[in-house]
Amino acid sequence: MTTTSATHAASHVASHAATASPHAATAVQAIDYAAIAPPLALALTACAVLLLDAFLPHSSRSSHGPSVRGALGFTALAGVIAAGALLVAQAVHGGTLSTFCVPEPAACSYVVDHITLVFGGLTLVAGVVVILMSMGQLSDGDIPVGEWYFLLLCALIGAITLPASRDLVMLVVALELVSLPVFALTALRRYDGRASEAAVKLFLVSVVSTAITLFGISLLYGASGTLHLSHIAGGLAKSPIPEAHGVVTAAVMLVIAGFAFKVAAVPFHSWAADVYQGASVPVAALLSVISKAAGFAGLILVLAVTRPLYSEVWVPVVAVLAALTMTIGNLLAMRQRHAVRLLAWSSVAQSGYILAPLGVGPEGAGAAVVYLVFYAAMNLGAFAVAMLVARGGSLADYRGLVFRRPAAALALAFFLVCLAGLPPGLAGLFAKVAVFRELVDGGVGWLAVVMAVNTVIGLYYYVTWAAALFTPAPAPVEAREAPAVRLAPVAVGVAVSVVITVVFSVAPQVVFDAGLLSALG
Amino acid sequence: MTPVPALAVPVLIVSVLIVPALGAALLLGLRLQVRALKMYGLAVSGLTLVPVVAMAVTFDYRRAAQIQHEVDLPWIPGLDLRFHLGVDGISLPLVALTALLTFLCFVYLSGDRRTERLRAMMSALLLLEVGMLGTFLALDLLLFFVFFEVVLIPMYFVIAIWGGPGRRAAALKFILYTLLGSVVLLLGLLLIWSQTGTLDIVALAHSQGAALPRAVQIVAFVTIGLGLAVKTPMWPLHTWLPDAHTEAPTVGSVLLAGVLLKMGTYGFARIAIPVLPDGAHAVAPWLGAFAVVGIVYGALACLAQRDLKRMIAYSSVGHMGFVLLGFATLTPVGVNAALFGNIAHGLITGLLFFLAGAVKDRYGTADMAELGGGMLGRLPYLGSLLTFACIASLGLPGLAGFWGEMLALFGAFEPAEGLSRPLFLVFMAVGGLGTVLTAAYFLVMLSRVTHGPPGPLTPSAVGDVRTFELSAWVPLVLLILVFGLWPKALLAITDPAVQTFLEAR
Repeated sequence: MTTTSATHAASHVASHAATASPHAATAVQAIDYAAIAPPLALALTACAVLLLDAFLPHSSRSSHGPSVRGALGFTALAGVIAAGALLVAQAVHGGTLSTFCVPEPAACSYVVDHITLVFGGLTLVAGVVVILMSMGQLSDGDIPVGEWYFLLLCALIGAITLPASRDLVMLVVALELVSLPVFALTALRRYDGRASEAAVKLFLVSVVSTAITLFGISLLYGASGTLHLSHIAGGLAKSPIPEAHGVVTAAVMLVIAGFAFKVAAVPFHSWAADVYQGASVPVAALLSVISKAAGFAGLILVLAVTRPLYSEVWVPVVAVLAALTMTIGNLLAMRQRHAVRLLAWSSVAQSGYILAPLGVGPEGAGAAVVYLVFYAAMNLGAFAVAMLVARGGSLADYRGLVFRRPAAALALAFFLVCLAGLPPGLAGLFAKVAVFRELVDGGVGWLAVVMAVNTVIGLYYYVTWAAALFTPAPAPVEAREAPAVRLAPVAVGVAVSVVITVVFSVAPQVVFDAGLLSALG
Repeated sequence: MTPVPALAVPVLIVSVLIVPALGAALLLGLRLQVRALKMYGLAVSGLTLVPVVAMAVTFDYRRAAQIQHEVDLPWIPGLDLRFHLGVDGISLPLVALTALLTFLCFVYLSGDRRTERLRAMMSALLLLEVGMLGTFLALDLLLFFVFFEVVLIPMYFVIAIWGGPGRRAAALKFILYTLLGSVVLLLGLLLIWSQTGTLDIVALAHSQGAALPRAVQIVAFVTIGLGLAVKTPMWPLHTWLPDAHTEAPTVGSVLLAGVLLKMGTYGFARIAIPVLPDGAHAVAPWLGAFAVVGIVYGALACLAQRDLKRMIAYSSVGHMGFVLLGFATLTPVGVNAALFGNIAHGLITGLLFFLAGAVKDRYGTADMAELGGGMLGRLPYLGSLLTFACIASLGLPGLAGFWGEMLALFGAFEPAEGLSRPLFLVFMAVGGLGTVLTAAYFLVMLSRVTHGPPGPLTPSAVGDVRTFELSAWVPLVLLILVFGLWPKALLAITDPAVQTFLEAR
């Protein structure tokens, strides 16, 4: 598994260049290494981690000692931070970088522009927090460390390549690169029936969704004759097939359905709770933030940003999907007694809020990105505290937390209030206001009302959980808390999330700048 | 009058919000003993009162219609949200009321026996104060909304931390119900924004809805009105109120009735009526109808109550009905009456809840049947204060409660042009019936509790009114007398602003 992924990761860039070459004037395309530097840095780190894992001394036959586990973790962390620095350099440099281009008709497969930077930044910051959480998760030694970080880094490569992908093949490859390592990560918690079940479930769902997406994409390719997103609309206009409309409609629907699996939108949501609960908490956080962001990046690229495609067909469908997703996610979350399951369904509901502005039309993409960025910060924080406190655990374990661990309880309360969208969690409030504004401005009043009602339903479970933190526990529950987890890195992860969310609360303009997608085309 | 230095003015208005916010934040880090904690709470709320008083003193009363002490800074350009604060004749009395009532609550807390989780309680109260003051100061639609929402979580905790046996359910009902109201309000505010492209309340009120087609104004007025009506609360959206009041601790009830409800009615005076005049005209008869139903319903519900706090809660529904009726007339008299009624209700009902809390404290129950009679004999001071507050609340001339009700009915006698006069005459008649019923239930209550032979329950050893209680209540008693005997003191402040936004019609 790991070796095939390694080859896959290392060679997909090169192989892609080779497949595109028949169109090119010269046999070898020039590669702009500045453009692909961040994923490249991650790929190198991934290889380094795997090599270190093999050559560093083992304490027993199967596992490393704590210091080696720590060293591997810090290597992965350094790689992600380096990739982040490269991304910042790209942002500071400004302008648009593109590579893997074909001259006739001019198009590039890998473009670093505003949306790439926004999603890349989100992914890498979330990646840092997930790695910090992993350090806590891996501290007890029953999970193979080298494989874990390698797979995690591969998923991050996919997640930052995806928003840069501007052709359909690249998009699918990047999406798979996000998905494949996650099954393995889920299954790495060996000797746990729940984890294996979750991995199989995730695998099946993901394979089905990939198949559906691929079918849609092949139809799009067949109807338009091009793989580059920027040429699809033009290609369809002069399509050789006379009755292309039906085919393209079906293709767009299939692509939406495929991505809807990835972001756990209703009716493709049923896997979410079991998988989140079965996987370890860092993987659940990865699924709910990084993998979801990748899914939305793909959806926004295909539907909204590149060339508004058949919007009269997909806009109402997305609006209905959004309404269903938020409602069903919230209703299911209300009944949960387990922290991670609750967060799983709540993140389904939040997917609905992210989808909602796309129900206005392609112009809603900006608000969707804004909500996604806010959501990523708050949700990641909630997962990190859940990891810190009880490795997930039942909601009853959180009663009276403020008396035992005031800092963790206050952080969790803040994230929950943010997710509910109430002050003092201003980040969540502004996120919701941005979406409501898009809906009211776009004249989709019914969806705004549905979302308003959902905000109230959501508040119910967030506030009951938050209130439980401040309710004195009837009997000591210390015994039920998780055994020795290395807490310091997780606590740093929580602190990073708190700082980011507080900054987003006080100066949300940062995020609104990220949502300015007008420069895209 | 000496001119105020340019810099001093924004510092005043910003410190009104910063002092309690900082006070609440510092409380998280401080580990204080109970006594020190009580002093800290007193000091912070007292310090908040200072800039409020300074603002009231430097306020230019000859230009009461104009926004003064204005601050206008960009905050979130991506949402068009500006940090725009200011006071005029409409908001200044409410700001002063809020700061005063919060301070008095801390005075009351300083002598209260309950000390468990005092720190959490105090930070919740201070945060609550930020939200309440911010709502009255905000001059940006979204900023108004943000502050409107700030109060929800602290109020939830005030009820849930110190409330009665059913506190959890009551707190949850309060927060869910009022959040539903405020998201509906948000939709209405965003509708105004999407049609006019500005969130500036001053500019919107100045243009008198010129950029808004009538149909949009009606939709926006209905959504904003619904959102505000939940908070006010208007019959039939009031059902969260009695539960919240019954379960809330004394200070929670005082601030809930004294200030939180006013945020709803203030929204009508600040946003709904000035910004959406055509919408207001179209919806006013409905608003009036719901208001008078509320008046009568509240009074009838009071007659049926056994619990003192629940009765006062229902009486709020009736009193806020008068306030809404005042707004519905769309006349200067009616709107002034509404604003007057707001303040009077804040003072009187605040006092009533303080007294009900004191009664509960001494007898261990607020159930009127269990209390029996004879309070005037056993606890003469408490009994007389309760009598005074009840008589003020039922609208005895010479006390503050009278003017709001009388002027609201007077406004209904001659509603604004374009509104059906016969209809409003009916409202006036029904409202008049309501005043009679109001007098009836308060007198029934007094006869059951303060008069008559002493009941089986004996008050605890606490005895009659204590010093800290007296110091919390006397300012309210004095203000009720002042505004009752000299209503012009308040009307002269509100009237210019009201005239300005109503006259262009």
